[in-house]
Amino acid sequence: MIEVKDLYKRFGKNEVLKGIDLHIQRGGIFSVLGPNGSGKTTLIKCILGMVLQDSGQIFIDKKPLKNNFKYRNEIDYLPQIANFPGNLKVNELIAMIKDLRDSKATKDGELIELFKLQPFLNKKLANLSGGTKQKVNLVLTFMFDSPLIILDEPTNGLDPISHLRLKNLINAEKAKGKTILITSHILSFVEEVSDEIVFLLEGKIYFKGSISELKSKTEQPDFEHAIASILSASYA
Amino acid sequence: MLKILKYSFYDLMRSRWSYVYFLFYLLLGVVLLFLNNDLSKAVITLMNVIIILVPLIGTIFGVMYYYNSREFTELLLAQPVKRSSIFLGQYFGVATSLSMSLVIGLGMPFVFYGIFNSSAIWDFSLLLITGAFLTFIFTALAFVIALRNENKIKGFGYAILLWLFMAVIYDGIFLMSLLYFEDYPLDKFSLVATMLNPVDLSRVLILLKLDISALLGYTGAVFQKFFGTNFGLILSSALLALWVLVPTFFIWRIAKKKDF
Repeated sequence: MIEVKDLYKRFGKNEVLKGIDLHIQRGGIFSVLGPNGSGKTTLIKCILGMVLQDSGQIFIDKKPLKNNFKYRNEIDYLPQIANFPGNLKVNELIAMIKDLRDSKATKDGELIELFKLQPFLNKKLANLSGGTKQKVNLVLTFMFDSPLIILDEPTNGLDPISHLRLKNLINAEKAKGKTILITSHILSFVEEVSDEIVFLLEGKIYFKGSISELKSKTEQPDFEHAIASILSASYA
Repeated sequence: MLKILKYSFYDLMRSRWSYVYFLFYLLLGVVLLFLNNDLSKAVITLMNVIIILVPLIGTIFGVMYYYNSREFTELLLAQPVKRSSIFLGQYFGVATSLSMSLVIGLGMPFVFYGIFNSSAIWDFSLLLITGAFLTFIFTALAFVIALRNENKIKGFGYAILLWLFMAVIYDGIFLMSLLYFEDYPLDKFSLVATMLNPVDLSRVLILLKLDISALLGYTGAVFQKFFGTNFGLILSSALLALWVLVPTFFIWRIAKKKDF
């Protein structure tokens, strides 16, 4: 599904990605983990074509990304910070994104129902709380039926009930055979949903495999300690 | 691109500033016409206002819009939309809505005053066309500056400096050099120097059309003699168009290579 080959990216003097090779097959939930500044968001933005790599190649479904924009029709992306144009209303924003994607078969009604957003539909986005914005963000992401879903910190600002609903939503999408890429700092959430994790450390892939493989590699009894042992080893 | 243009345009049509700008021109038109009671004189006064003000508003609005719509831009970048269409769409959205405020705001009072029955109609249309050109030119330059500068304060600073240079400093340097080199033949120099600055170019274009180029003194005489009025008009228009096209090309090129 996603093939990343020898990806390098620097911002000025700051080398963020130092040769990433990653292969993600179709179907399943993959979590990208790593400390702050390890290049998770940069990697995702490279896959989306928002950040242009210095060298290396990315293929989605064997098609190279360079000078191509139509492939984003096959991706649903949840940005990390839910920033929207403030003077649009929620329903206008949803209609606009639908219009831009030329998509008719959507399930926005269902999702608005799920996250109880009806009372906010006619409000301007500038007046919504952080959590409500994140719910709108989730509706915008999940309302299309694309084979690849990329979620950057999806649990940001969500209350426990919405958190639970999000988990069910992710599992339902996985059951449809979709590929889901998640970044998150909430380890319990990652442990619960993901099939495989990719651990980024200082711009390189430190580990890729299942959580049980990580535990046996680091000789730690649980996931949290396994992650902590990688981090303390690298900072020591 | 048309979809982005549509949304940017709607977005601006709702903003208070478009109306303020529109009302300002409406008021200016009404006041000038009814205090002056002379169409040709009103056109000349308007020219002096437009030549300075339109570039300023175009620059400020362009920079402001770009920085304010960053979120919108990032949202769009993750959608299956071409990069160049996002930025060109936004640019044309801003420039079109500003030009509309200008044309409609000034046009209305003049239409009610009876511009259609007057001989000043061509001068007036030329004034509006140059105003629209200046809007497009300076909004494009503002977008280029904003795309190049992540830092808002710096972006605003450069934009204001650009306006100040084009509208004020350039003329100062031009005049100084005319005085300094007065012993040499300066025809070609003054022609080229005038054409290199869109603000001066628009001024000359309108003055030539108004047939009061004698007022311009030296430059006017040179322009009149060198071009003859029609050829001068076409060349100046072509240059104004070039002033729109070159920054637009830069918007396209910078947008293609930028990280978000």
